[in-house]
Amino acid sequence: MSDTQKRLADTLPFMSATEVSALVTSKEVSAREVAHTMLDRIKQLDGDIHAYNEVTPELALAAADNLDKRIAEGATAEELGKLAGAPVAFKDNMNLVGTHTTCSSKMLEGFQSPYDCTAVRRLLDAHTLPLGKLNMDEFAFGSSTETSATGLTHNPWDHKRVPGGSSGGSAAAVSAGMATITLGSDTGGSIRQPAAFTGTVGLKPSYGRVSRYGCVAFASSLDQIGPFSHTVRDSALALGAIAGKDPLDATSMNVPAEDYFASCNQGVEGMRVAVATDLLEQEGLDPRLKKEVLDSAELLAGMGAEVVEITLPSTKYGLPAYYVLGPAEASSNMARFDGIRYGHRAENAEDILDLYMRSRSEGFGDETIRRIMIGTYVLSSGHYDSYYMQAQKVRTVIRDDYKAVFAQADVLLTPSTPVLPFKFGEFADDPTAMYLSDYYTIPVNMAGIAGMSLPTRLIDGLPASVQLVANHFRETDLFRAGAALESSFAFPYDSVPAGQA
Amino acid sequence: MALTQAEVREIGLIARLNLEDGAIEGLQEELNQILTYVEHMQELDLEGVAPTAYSTDFTDSLRDDVRVPSLPREAVLMNAPESKEGAFLVPRIKALGIEDSREDTAGGGS
Repeated sequence: MSDTQKRLADTLPFMSATEVSALVTSKEVSAREVAHTMLDRIKQLDGDIHAYNEVTPELALAAADNLDKRIAEGATAEELGKLAGAPVAFKDNMNLVGTHTTCSSKMLEGFQSPYDCTAVRRLLDAHTLPLGKLNMDEFAFGSSTETSATGLTHNPWDHKRVPGGSSGGSAAAVSAGMATITLGSDTGGSIRQPAAFTGTVGLKPSYGRVSRYGCVAFASSLDQIGPFSHTVRDSALALGAIAGKDPLDATSMNVPAEDYFASCNQGVEGMRVAVATDLLEQEGLDPRLKKEVLDSAELLAGMGAEVVEITLPSTKYGLPAYYVLGPAEASSNMARFDGIRYGHRAENAEDILDLYMRSRSEGFGDETIRRIMIGTYVLSSGHYDSYYMQAQKVRTVIRDDYKAVFAQADVLLTPSTPVLPFKFGEFADDPTAMYLSDYYTIPVNMAGIAGMSLPTRLIDGLPASVQLVANHFRETDLFRAGAALESSFAFPYDSVPAGQA
Repeated sequence: MALTQAEVREIGLIARLNLEDGAIEGLQEELNQILTYVEHMQELDLEGVAPTAYSTDFTDSLRDDVRVPSLPREAVLMNAPESKEGAFLVPRIKALGIEDSREDTAGGGS
């Protein structure tokens, strides 16, 4: 390995997208070298971490060669954009032609993507290099990536701990420097909780901001695609690339993307930051994570923001309502897996009913079956009013609570999770105990607003974090406050033990 | 309101899941745990509160009524466990207990 190659191998994994694109567009390093360096790193590290379900060297190198050709032909840095040459990867529920889309389920083993997911396509159109597809909880049902049928993903900060979930692979890949930006999906916290557990920046955009076309649906009134990155600015660039109306997803709203990158430089002077005092007294919240919220509020105040104290009493009803609405919508979405058009098919079926029943039971894992069962029950005749309708009303209460908050504040500061990353198997006996790790993230999905988890400091070698929440289509506020906090904390994301020489 | 094992089986049938006898008891326990947890919702007084299905002020978004290409047939069929002559193959469908007596029905399946 030459000195230049060695230097690249040492520095590239924790570079920001802007740094990578500057190197590539100035021809200091070719996109091909970037791709090779990252593919080598994945080869070297991913055996222990297992962030990737599939690595795609051909696609990465083809995109790199394409970009190098454009640059050789005289395309400027300005034309190519700040993401040009950035190595990216995608949660394995997003379709990309030339890859499999398995949702980490036996049900979709070998499924070939027939078309491209819009968000994936848009990120690749920004001249990024696709490295592969990432592990997740089966069909995104879980908070630790332990329900994956392809094996456990290990937290790069401590291999005995989970990376969070369901987008655990997307989080671990960025955290271990095996991608600069990845995409995940967030239904109840599946981007922000794993971001919190791995010391990465995770953004759940407003409902309707990003098209979900080509992303396998979990709960259609809650799902949203968003990026993982090391830095807030990379998150801003990624959102800028994937946001906007898509005729192929009727729920994507016709609201133009803004210059999120510029928001990062705006500062917080005059911003109103809400702190929910009742949320900080919640039983089960690690006092050290409470301190991160209070310290963050103080830092923002020191930079010119105004801190207001509020309460969000409906938060504790978010989880129970979510565990009605999520499974209800999921049970309906999962009905498409019938062993006929795609997916696992049972052998020697006697008739169509036998085919349905055995194909589904053989293809789905335990947590998927549990969620389908709950969803089917709460939607069934005689129970609809007491569960589903009730949960829809709770949703109104949550939404009204946030409306009141955003009448007085621009952003809300809360913990991302009540706990630091937990160990494998810690909640094996009680499914509801693990659900609590999404306590602070779920209400944000219920209200359809935007949230970001941001790493703060290391506590006993594990990443701590805070969550910023903003009103519908006010992601610019998240980037303003997020960038300001990031510069104060200077989280040491490049000191992750995985892959240190 | 605790679920009985018979109810668990019934839900399994509605959900088109073939639950093994050995799995019923475990599922019953887990589902009851979740339903007990979900009961916390009932603490709230929701009298007169309107339900929310979509979080954003969603209005129907209609596209222009123009023809656009759909997925090519090969792409649609490429993940089918069994297909033949441009169609999905399914096992024989028995309707209302009337069995089709023909030996070789289209899509005879496996």
